[in-house]
Amino acid sequence: MADPTETFDVRRQAGFPTVAVVCFFLLYLPIAALVVFSFNDGTSIATWEGLSLRWFAEAWNNDKVVEASIRSVQIAACAALIATVVATMAALATTRTRNYRGLDAKYAFINMPLMVPEIVVAVALLIFFSRIKMATGYSGLGYLVAAHTAFCIPFAYLPIRARLESMDLSLETAAADLYATPLRAFRRVTLPLLWPGILAGLMLAFVISLDDVVITEFVKSGGQDTLPTYMLGQLRRVVTPEMNAISTVFLLLSIAIVTAFFFISRKKD
Amino acid sequence: MSTLTSTANEAARRVEAQDIRNRWLLSAPALLIIALAAIGPLAIVFVYSFLMPGSYGDVVWTFSPDAWIAVLLEKDIFDGTWSIADAHLSIFWRSVWLSLLTTVTTLLLGFPTAYFIATRPERTREIWLFLITIPFWTNLLIRTFAIQELIRNEGMINTLLMKAGLISAPIQMMYTDFAILTGMTYVFFPLMVLPLYASLEKVDFRLVEAGYDLYASRWRVLKRIILPLVKPGVIAGSILVFIPSLGSYVTPRMLGGGSKMMLGNLIELQFGQGRNWPLGASLSMALLAIVMVALMLQVRFAGRQGGNAHG
Repeated sequence: MADPTETFDVRRQAGFPTVAVVCFFLLYLPIAALVVFSFNDGTSIATWEGLSLRWFAEAWNNDKVVEASIRSVQIAACAALIATVVATMAALATTRTRNYRGLDAKYAFINMPLMVPEIVVAVALLIFFSRIKMATGYSGLGYLVAAHTAFCIPFAYLPIRARLESMDLSLETAAADLYATPLRAFRRVTLPLLWPGILAGLMLAFVISLDDVVITEFVKSGGQDTLPTYMLGQLRRVVTPEMNAISTVFLLLSIAIVTAFFFISRKKD
Repeated sequence: MSTLTSTANEAARRVEAQDIRNRWLLSAPALLIIALAAIGPLAIVFVYSFLMPGSYGDVVWTFSPDAWIAVLLEKDIFDGTWSIADAHLSIFWRSVWLSLLTTVTTLLLGFPTAYFIATRPERTREIWLFLITIPFWTNLLIRTFAIQELIRNEGMINTLLMKAGLISAPIQMMYTDFAILTGMTYVFFPLMVLPLYASLEKVDFRLVEAGYDLYASRWRVLKRIILPLVKPGVIAGSILVFIPSLGSYVTPRMLGGGSKMMLGNLIELQFGQGRNWPLGASLSMALLAIVMVALMLQVRFAGRQGGNAHG
């Protein structure tokens, strides 16, 4: 490269790297401290008393924790699956077309759950679902799955739509020219190409559902705690490193999913 | 026009109409779920805000503007006169003020960070970006809990300072505005960095070079060339931080406790111990209105930039 100012870096801004490195450090310090103290032998969350796995065992033997974890995963799996299927359909319906009437409105509507403050949606669902509960007598996990599905859709939609927009229609046209039925062309051409986007959407939706606190807190009936709402309830009291142990496992799961997401969505083909 | 082309046109139009109908059918389930389990119920909140509270929660179906009046005014229980609701006003004030402060703090810290990432070589850039993304997808509750463990009276900061003999009694950091500000800055930081990075990554550094050739100082280059180019990212990041800050519930609940409430906590209170659902509903609508105003301001400011508002 012909750079006339080789010794003078035009990109440099004094102090910026220092601020950035400090920010990264501060971003990870609290999480690191939390993870370290989950291995503490004592009951303190600030004084180190030796290495031990006792709090992991404690959490593992705590029926409430296990129950809430299973419920969290069940809800997240259902919600993410439904959200991904309908988001894929919606993405197919809103990409690779000329602007038809209502297209912009569809975009806006699908992304609306991202704009409205979560607490407002939570309150709205509390009122709406309590009416339905009274009318039908049903008080199962369906309400939580429905609520989670709704706010997961925009997250699942984003990577799927991005993937679709990077695919041109020539392959599908070629398939049609070779007398493939639309369904066959979809199954053999579109779907395999779209697959990384769908997988990325599914993972995002799963993590988002797993992390939710506010909407779940308002929508759940008695005895329907998920892991985050259980933790929120516990954190009001005096906490032991058991909370750290649960958090550590939760963190590891999230990091594993995000890492997988990162590699899937980075792959160009 | 010959009859042949007009029938061909007719057929093409029919195919297109069919295509659009299919597209509506295909998107129907997603739209329906969002309508039923997220956006539609907001209309009920609006209706509820004009009703009377029931004595055990829920509502009495009588029209009343009281809940809306109670957002800002309160009635004296003895002589029935109205006065400004100081408690509500101070919570509104705290919510807006802390959210603005959070936005400014994340911007001041996030800009150098995003700039740093954007100017790394291709390979290491991905690693730094990944490091910002991880906390973004990590449970907000856990991240707030991590802050709580650091700043509580028997937490790490106080324990270390006391052991070092620098203080004799723990510094009260929990349950203060400072705690909420720290927590929100911490949890929303990635939301600022990511859009800033997206804008900074596209900056053409030949323009910066041109600035230096014309004897501009580093500061001047930053102010006159880089900042105007990344303005869309600054606006997007500010909105992405301001909106969830304003609607925060978990962070102020854990770090502010009962004494330092924000709007989200005040709303929850009305549906819990407060047993005043209409007031909770009107407060929710007020919060939604502030968010809408913020979004409209964003559209307005970003609009002046021309088409690349989300660049």
